Amino acid sequence: MLIIEDLKVRLGDKEILRHIDLEIKQGETHILFGPNGSGKTSLLMTIMGYPQYKVTAGKIYFKGQDITHMSINERAKLGIGMSYQRPPSIHGLKTRQMIEICSNNGADVNELAEQVNFLEFLDRDINVGFSGGEIKRSELLQLIAQDPDLLLFDEPESGVDLENIALIGNAINHLLERDIHSTTNKSKKQLLRERAKMGLIITHTGFILDYVSADRGQVLYDGVLACRRYPVEIFKQIKDVGYEECVRCAS
Amino acid sequence: MRILNEKASKAKEKKASLGPDINLEEYSSEHTPHGIVDKLEMLSDADKERMILAGIDANEEGRSGTYVQKDTTAIFSQSKQEGLEVIPIKEALKKFDWVQDYYWKLVSVDTDKYTARAQLDLHDGYVIRALPGSTVIYPVQACLYLEKEGLSQNVHNIIIADEGSELHIITGCATAAHLRSGLHVGISEFFVKKNAKLSFTMIHHWAEEMMVRPRSVGIVEEGGLFLNNYICMRPVKSLQMYPTTYLAGKGAVARFYSLLVGSPNSEIDVGGRMYLQEEDTRAEIVSRAITNGGNIIARGDLIGEVPGIRGHLECRGLILNGGTIHAIPELQGKIDGVELSHEAAVGKIAQDEILYLMSRGLTEDEATSTIVRGFLSVDIPGLPPVLKAEIDRAVDLSQHDVM
Repeated sequence: MLIIEDLKVRLGDKEILRHIDLEIKQGETHILFGPNGSGKTSLLMTIMGYPQYKVTAGKIYFKGQDITHMSINERAKLGIGMSYQRPPSIHGLKTRQMIEICSNNGADVNELAEQVNFLEFLDRDINVGFSGGEIKRSELLQLIAQDPDLLLFDEPESGVDLENIALIGNAINHLLERDIHSTTNKSKKQLLRERAKMGLIITHTGFILDYVSADRGQVLYDGVLACRRYPVEIFKQIKDVGYEECVRCAS
Repeated sequence: MRILNEKASKAKEKKASLGPDINLEEYSSEHTPHGIVDKLEMLSDADKERMILAGIDANEEGRSGTYVQKDTTAIFSQSKQEGLEVIPIKEALKKFDWVQDYYWKLVSVDTDKYTARAQLDLHDGYVIRALPGSTVIYPVQACLYLEKEGLSQNVHNIIIADEGSELHIITGCATAAHLRSGLHVGISEFFVKKNAKLSFTMIHHWAEEMMVRPRSVGIVEEGGLFLNNYICMRPVKSLQMYPTTYLAGKGAVARFYSLLVGSPNSEIDVGGRMYLQEEDTRAEIVSRAITNGGNIIARGDLIGEVPGIRGHLECRGLILNGGTIHAIPELQGKIDGVELSHEAAVGKIAQDEILYLMSRGLTEDEATSTIVRGFLSVDIPGLPPVLKAEIDRAVDLSQHDVM
């Protein structure tokens, strides 16, 4: 379970998140909506533990531990993983090596890469010259190898071509253990109860909602979380009346 | 020979245009006899171990020929393949007239006091030649080994890839574990003939007080390919070299890759210069320099003399822990229709790259060393995998020191 309590975050000298309360229960996936610059990425980076995002008040708990001041790699070891919107390129580091790092050398890299149609990129330097869609597939592949319990997705579908969008959507759904129909003998109810993976997904386009059955949606507006509802409902509201109106309705 | 000696004598005091001046009087040039060995296995384990560090395998596994020189003496030279010649240069000069067609034909004997010394007081060196049309499948290995303290080792090497041949050489320069100071003067002349392919991978493994002055010039004829890789990641007191390559035939290609690490108190001044003299010639110079306390000058110079040539120069430097990196890329276009470019960057490891790797589970130290390892990992098109593996091994061995 992830619990965020009354969190305040500064980036440089700017307060970018205020009074954030958020709870993601075991097995839940939440969608994070919000206009550009509202602080969505900052929230994900703060949960991941990026040191430039300074927590000035509040707490973050994960699996019962206070991780508010834990280092980024300790959080990764504890089971938090992130798919980035614009990850850095690292010259000389092959994608294959990166996947090995993610899986702690415990995976069949080729087999994983095949799942997201990424075999031909394994021997290229990570993210160097990748298109937007290729980056998304590479990030997803890294998360598949890492297999964290809490998955943070920063716009996983942006820039992905139509050919690959279903592939990405289904892979995310699978990672979050939400494709319960595809598994065998256990009952749906049992599978739901056993579901452990948690997700927090930022989306702009909403395309991802066609593939990922999320439990909740939240709107982050001007550094504050507002409006908790079913994601599809929120998305429709935003499309119809815009963010400002949507947030006004909630408050 | 008399004319060469006269020219050399006049240049005996001539300072080099680059690099700190060395007082040659401080180094003994005296002949140091070592017994010739019939088999490389006969070398002492200590020597073998040091040579392995520089890519020289005493079992000669996967090698088509070997040359080993200890101090001033050629102690072993052998070709295991038809179409390949590996001969100590002193012997070659005596026995074969053709050697005169190559000896001092590219490097001027009066370039500076170091070239002069290599003529006036030649110890030995190797002639490695792939005869026309022959393909030397396995690399040839050559080792110039220094054991005697305070010695000036003066060598002259000639490398010839005859028309249509393919030749790969790995050459290691190493010093005995106990050795601290010495001087290595090495003249190398490379001849890549029509449609020939030559790769030359040099791994240097010097001692902390070593002075090193290689002087190399190569020529590549029509359709020829010359890959020149230089790896120096261990401490050295002063190293200065600026190998020059002439692309003298249509479609000739040359690439010069260097990986340099500047340890504390090391002065490294390494560059590559290429003259693109014929249509469709291609040149590439790539250097990666890391310093953790040493001073590195990374030079590069591409000179485009005819239209339709293309050259690119890339120089990246990382300052990890003190020291300096001075990148000096130069491009000279001398006529319409040349295409020359360069990119240079000197800096530190990007924090966002470290954090990215940490978010995948690595510690900060692991992330840093992964990035450094990547920085030093350069893809060299056309290099046989076995040589790529030797370069990777040299990098891995030094990684610990770099960090």
